[in-house]
Amino acid sequence: MSVSAEPEAHVAEHHDYFGAKLGMWIFVFTELILFGGLFVAYGMYRAMHPHEFHAASHELNVTLGVINTLVLLTSSLTMVLAIVAIRLKRKVQSMVFLASTMGLGCVFLVNKFFEWKAKIHHGIYPGSAGLMERPPGERLFFGLYYGMTGLHGLHVTVGIIVMSVMLALLARDKIRHDDFIKLENTGLYWHLVDVIWIFLLPLFYLAA
Amino acid sequence: MSNSTEHEAEATHVVGYATFIKVWVALVALTGALVVLSSMRNPNMALLGLLIITPTKASLVFFYFMHLKYESAALKYMVAAAIAVLVIFIGLTFSDYLYR
Repeated sequence: MSVSAEPEAHVAEHHDYFGAKLGMWIFVFTELILFGGLFVAYGMYRAMHPHEFHAASHELNVTLGVINTLVLLTSSLTMVLAIVAIRLKRKVQSMVFLASTMGLGCVFLVNKFFEWKAKIHHGIYPGSAGLMERPPGERLFFGLYYGMTGLHGLHVTVGIIVMSVMLALLARDKIRHDDFIKLENTGLYWHLVDVIWIFLLPLFYLAA
Repeated sequence: MSNSTEHEAEATHVVGYATFIKVWVALVALTGALVVLSSMRNPNMALLGLLIITPTKASLVFFYFMHLKYESAALKYMVAAAIAVLVIFIGLTFSDYLYR
């Protein structure tokens, strides 16, 4: 194949889509190991204190946990549909799907806020007097609960910020039907956040 | 398959909306099944949910939403290797705890 025969200058712009995607996947692997370590910590402490974990899990709001699961699953759907839409050259539709994903991410965080607020109101937060009087297993459970859902919530927040940048890039045609790797990599990150929540739901909310 | 047709197929291949909506329906249905199994007050059923349904949901997200089904074999092996590392990591820790 002769590349030098191409007369137009903009064609020479180098794109390595596979490389970009591979880089994102490698980042995803580091995230899997990061959360994997926390899941191991959870598993160990639960094996040591099965009854206390069971009792503490009863205090979490299952309904809110399940609603947030449905919110995140739906946001993953709108994310992937935003990518399909831009590939089909439907820019406005893609922007609507992406904005919906951001909206659902915000709904997730608002639910999380009210969940944590209720817990803190009941005097359950790391280092609180009420929690320190409880058995060690319950303290560990709530420590892991705040640590893991907190780190996950941080990832949701970062995802929403990244998506707002992608929305601007879509609006300015920097993401197009023939150049959508940035949106695709944002999608990979967002789906990873969804997968982590898929594991958090049974471990914390349904453990009772 | 020659290189050029493979590239062409990749360039024109767009998975439609319907596939992803079906996957979403499956994910919601599996979440419902998980909640039902956990509410049965039977530890074995809850464990079944945790060890079968949850990884199934994660796989659906990986294969469809994260597009892994349509990626090259090289990327699939890399993901498999990363997950294998995680499984070994978790397996060794638990075997150490259970048999020490």
